[in-house]
Amino acid sequence: MGGDAVNVVNEVIAWLTDPAQWSGPDGIPVRTLQHLYYSLLATAIAGAIALPIGVYIGHTGRGALIAVNLTNLGRAIPSLGIIILMFTLVGFGLVPVLVALIALAVPPIVTNSYIGVRSVDRDVRDAAEGMGMRGRQVLWQVELPVATPLIMAGIRTSAVQVVATATLAAYVGLGGLGRYLIDGLSQRDLPQVVGGAILVAVLSLLTELVLGRVQTLVVPRGLAGQGADAAVRAKVEKAA
Amino acid sequence: MTDGPAPVLAAELIRWSWVGDHLDDIRGYLVQHIELTGLALLLGLLLSFPLALAAVQWPRLYGPILGFTGVLFTIPSLALFILLIPFTGLQIQTALIGLTIYTLLILVRNIVEGLRGVDPDVREAAQAMGYTRARQLFQVELPLALPVIIAGVRIATVTTIGLVTVTALIGWGGLGRLFIDGFTLNFTTPIVVGIVLSALLAFAADLLLVGLQYRLTPWARSGGG
Amino acid sequence: MRRIRLGGAAVAACLALVLAACGGGNDALEGGSSQSGGSTVTVGSTNFSEQLILAEMYAAVLKKAGVKVDTRLNLGSREVVFPALEKGDIDLLPEYNGSVLSFLDPKATQTTTEEVNTALSPLLDAKALVALDASPAEDKDDWAVTKKTADKYGLAKISDLKGKAHELVVGGPPELKTRPAGLPGLKKVYGIEDFKEFKALDAGGPLTTSALNKGDIDVGRVFTTQGAIDEFGWVLLQEDKPLEPAQNIVPIGRKDAMTDQVKQALNAISAKITTEELTKLNKLVDVDKQDPEKVANDWLTQQGLL
Repeated sequence: MGGDAVNVVNEVIAWLTDPAQWSGPDGIPVRTLQHLYYSLLATAIAGAIALPIGVYIGHTGRGALIAVNLTNLGRAIPSLGIIILMFTLVGFGLVPVLVALIALAVPPIVTNSYIGVRSVDRDVRDAAEGMGMRGRQVLWQVELPVATPLIMAGIRTSAVQVVATATLAAYVGLGGLGRYLIDGLSQRDLPQVVGGAILVAVLSLLTELVLGRVQTLVVPRGLAGQGADAAVRAKVEKAA
Repeated sequence: MTDGPAPVLAAELIRWSWVGDHLDDIRGYLVQHIELTGLALLLGLLLSFPLALAAVQWPRLYGPILGFTGVLFTIPSLALFILLIPFTGLQIQTALIGLTIYTLLILVRNIVEGLRGVDPDVREAAQAMGYTRARQLFQVELPLALPVIIAGVRIATVTTIGLVTVTALIGWGGLGRLFIDGFTLNFTTPIVVGIVLSALLAFAADLLLVGLQYRLTPWARSGGG
Repeated sequence: MRRIRLGGAAVAACLALVLAACGGGNDALEGGSSQSGGSTVTVGSTNFSEQLILAEMYAAVLKKAGVKVDTRLNLGSREVVFPALEKGDIDLLPEYNGSVLSFLDPKATQTTTEEVNTALSPLLDAKALVALDASPAEDKDDWAVTKKTADKYGLAKISDLKGKAHELVVGGPPELKTRPAGLPGLKKVYGIEDFKEFKALDAGGPLTTSALNKGDIDVGRVFTTQGAIDEFGWVLLQEDKPLEPAQNIVPIGRKDAMTDQVKQALNAISAKITTEELTKLNKLVDVDKQDPEKVANDWLTQQGLL
């Protein structure tokens, strides 16, 4: 058994380092780009849908209950089921994958945007209104800047989940890193499955790290030194 | 005729007669789903407590434990299940091992955060009163950490209910089997039933746990929380 | 303090519930017959309607013969299900001799029924498995195009693809790229050049069907008994050179579970089922959405086997 395991590890390393794997339409670069394409597109569309909703709920306070619980309920959506349903309805193509990934990405962005906008201190909002700012100005000049780190956190959570789940695209015949899992299973090529799994894990981690960096860069200068980060983080944890 | 199939069943998302004929199957899948989820959570809790306690006792372990389970979490669930097949075949262990691993990250993190979140003053008071380490843990720290722990159990439960459907690709699946049925038959009814039921199951489980949290932590009721 | 006791009681109660459900002989969690040493025969199947129909047939006649039967159907692809047979999680599987041969020996090139069966025997033996009688009914692999494509490129037999393949996109299961009867075979035996693109989809499943109908692929790998062929008016390309292995329906089971009683019951089915009948039954399930169990039982009753 131990010998077996070492064998598999060697085969996986061989697979990952084989130059043939790094070129051509089945190569790792192409598959990774496809994977990122599905992920980026889905996250972008999800953001375009979710951000306005979350911000609106945060700004007006209406529908707060849904916004707060949406993330947890969103976890209940079976992505496999959505992709299969969409495939059965519209057939082969990109749409089933996109719909499933967007459904996955929307909830965390809504919840985080809501909390972000909501977390603006009472005093700060009062002060802004005292200075004569009206609704929309308060939104754009006060609430959104304060909410930005949290919104970024939401986008980051979504993006990482999407990257990890975009393997489903291969299940309905498309590309991406999931191909190595599906093809590896079909061709009974264990090193390919393991290699594919490693690649997806690495890509997810990279996404987490890169977006984490972006998040810290995006904190408005005024907030950086005031411990607002910690207070706001605590609020998120309580609600999550 | 054109060579595309008309979306025949799009007009009919659910054929209720099919549902009626297959109530037994659906019930069976639902029961399997609940059992897989329950077992995975139980195992996850049993395994995560020692890990979490170790991380609290020896803080230097926390980083590596969190890192390790964090990496496990990014492994696509499908791959994990496929990789287990040569070892445990199609027996329930394959699905359970995969599902339990995923609950570990969520639970370990929440138990640790919960325990760490206990006010140091309270801990000192307990020590001053002569509580042994074990008594301190079970009668003071754990109760106070409960809200955060249960929050973790909530997340783990809902996530697991979703993951169980993926095990349909390795012979299990609970309600996920309905997805496979619908896929191969090109039939939306079982798929819709599967999605609705698993969403409802998750919702119900979440409500149950919120209720449990409410009953177990009366001191948290009057405050914020 | 009371809270912990309450919590502890709750956990204990849940545990008890779960264990009771498990222990109570619950069908949902019970696996195969690996414990009972052959007294219950567990019939398995992969995901396709033909498999479900055949497995239900096997289960029905075994029950009639007084054998205790358990079914674990719709388990996944062959890569997932066949190892379960090897391990003993299931005892019996409806199979196709050519496919099993290339599954166990990816380099196999035998084509006739006799050659395939002969080559298969020792491979199964080595895994404590045995193939029962092979049926004359066959579900072969073939290439299909839409009527439009057939007319446009003048395609009636496989060798017509020569010279046109580089303009066409082909789709099928991922292993098509490597199996001797797949793309390499087209090149070697027919001299057909590389296709424009190969899309890895599935084996005669919904992906290939949808892609073929929508034009995302021009040539698709299909199973000859699929209901979809008639339903969508596809053209099956005639095999004019020997390449495809025979694919006779054959029950494959664990040696210790295949008693004479079991063999007799199953061989009776294999003797009576024909390719045309199988195609008709597939249609009832695929197109009319009838239950595989009902379709199987109806046919068996008609044939006097039930």
